[in-house]
Amino acid sequence: MKTDFSDISDNCRYEIRTPEPANVLICLRGDLVLHTAPKCLKKIRVDLKKGLPGLEKAIIDISGIDRLDDYGAMVLSEILDLTALPPDRTEIAGAKEDHRKILDMTDFDRNTLCPLSPPPAPNLVIVTGETVINAYYGFMHFISFIGAVAVSIARTIRRPRSIRPGDIVVHMKTTGVDALPVVGLISLMLGLIIAFISSMQLKLYGANIYVADLVALAMVSELGPIMTGIIVAGRSGSAYAAEISTMKISEEIDALMVMGFDPNQFLVLPRLIAALIVVPMLAMFSNLFAIAGGAIIGVSMLSLPLDAYINQSMEAITLFELMWGLSKAGVFAVLIAIIGCLRGFQAKGGASSVGNAATSAVVTSIFLIVFFDSMFAVIRIYWG
Amino acid sequence: MEQDECLRVENMMVRYGETLVLDDVSFRVKRGERFIIMGGSGSGKSTLLRHMIGLESPESGKVIIENIDMTGTDEETFMNLLKKIGVLFQSSALIGSMTVGENVALPIDEHLRLEKHLVPTIVRMKLAMVGLACFEQYLPSEISGGMKKRAGLARALALNPEILFLDEPSAGLDPVTAAEIDELILHINKTLGTTIVIVTHDLDSIFAVGQRVILLDNATKNIIAHGDPYEIRDSHENPEVRKFFRRKAVSGRN
Repeated sequence: MKTDFSDISDNCRYEIRTPEPANVLICLRGDLVLHTAPKCLKKIRVDLKKGLPGLEKAIIDISGIDRLDDYGAMVLSEILDLTALPPDRTEIAGAKEDHRKILDMTDFDRNTLCPLSPPPAPNLVIVTGETVINAYYGFMHFISFIGAVAVSIARTIRRPRSIRPGDIVVHMKTTGVDALPVVGLISLMLGLIIAFISSMQLKLYGANIYVADLVALAMVSELGPIMTGIIVAGRSGSAYAAEISTMKISEEIDALMVMGFDPNQFLVLPRLIAALIVVPMLAMFSNLFAIAGGAIIGVSMLSLPLDAYINQSMEAITLFELMWGLSKAGVFAVLIAIIGCLRGFQAKGGASSVGNAATSAVVTSIFLIVFFDSMFAVIRIYWG
Repeated sequence: MEQDECLRVENMMVRYGETLVLDDVSFRVKRGERFIIMGGSGSGKSTLLRHMIGLESPESGKVIIENIDMTGTDEETFMNLLKKIGVLFQSSALIGSMTVGENVALPIDEHLRLEKHLVPTIVRMKLAMVGLACFEQYLPSEISGGMKKRAGLARALALNPEILFLDEPSAGLDPVTAAEIDELILHINKTLGTTIVIVTHDLDSIFAVGQRVILLDNATKNIIAHGDPYEIRDSHENPEVRKFFRRKAVSGRN
């Protein structure tokens, strides 16, 4: 079997010779580097597969090689592997001084040196157990975090000067004022939708004016606080988690602790207080915008007079109803701030943990908002 | 252009807003050389590096790598040029969500058409080269700072670059680990023949590794000393420069 110096790529050529039937001599020439080595290996593999039965010795002659790098060295060792001969019957001959250095540098026994241990196969029992344990610790962490925040609140009440009012104002702006356009727009459209859908039904009974009752009641007692909560969770809960988790992984929280700050007091309380103040306000704005949306439909499609619509809305809502809705918004505010900060503090590791913290904060807060809202509904039923 | 030159910076001027950071900086780096850019904090040495590796473009001036002007080239040539350089960032910049092995495999998978089963082998070789033979499956957060530098070095070397840029390779490392990294840089330079460009102000590294240094000056925003580090230390005409190389406070309390 004889192959001429075949053109592998620009400048790596090889020749396979069999000086004796059981011996193979592979002569390489040119450059065996990054760009040429993989192609060269492919060709040699095809040629060697053509049959080398009863092979006893393999020699690779690299005296004709001009440039060799570690990719080339890898290809050389792959070629030797292809011959399936034990190491004592293979040889790399004719290495120049600097090529020898490359070969030495990359010469390590790939199979015995710390064999790659495959990751342990997931076992149903282990996975279930780990999930339960993690859920348990997660819950305990949540409870202890609430406790720690409560302690910080108590400490702040005793020493009110330890809280930084400037921080609260900043968070009130980012959580409240900056959220007003999106809350307003979404609520306005929600009002439009509710009014439109209910008008389709109520028109049949000639009860057009009751569209106002429906929009006002639905928004004030349920949808206003919930929509506001969901928007704030998406806007600010995620921001709290992302900011605090970034501080956590860049050791800023540790620095605060060393300087004698209580991180809860410094980071959580301003956010908590700010959210507690602005979320009910946002819910109130949400109610107003939704009623305005309903009025647009009422006036334009149902030809109700504007003052009649407003009067009807005012009569539909009691003060108790309004306060009930706004206090729910306050509870949602606490949930959003606590969960956002908690997820931030739980982050560890690198950049991806910041993303996970933000995602988890939004998902958990939205879930808890809906859960607490249904709890409120149950309380309402038994309250009478 | 001379045959043995692989990097040239010509009349580079950089300005951030009103602040002049680099004013008419020019120098050449020879092939296979270990070249050091040094300067005090705020002298613009990191800025210079960011411009040399194409992350930012200068207000005026050229960066010429392998006879190609990096600043005024089309997208494709630029991308090809990037394959010829490797960069070790100061913070190592390993992707945190990937293991050390995956980090090193990243440029290999992207830019080389290598048979799939060879990728783990070459990754292993690269890691063995920097002394991290058994750490493929570790996450960057699980290894020490010195090991991160080594892993970052393995990733920078993944495609056997012509030029290896290192940003403060010994920053944040203990003296022994820093010396080991210096050894490793020398080893890479000698076996692979890679041109080394280091931005640093660590004097030990400069004397251990550097063949030629340039010193950037805070005041003139230009090069004030240029040459062999030992010669500059012993016999540069400017006493301020000699002080810098001897780690003396330039003014004020001693």
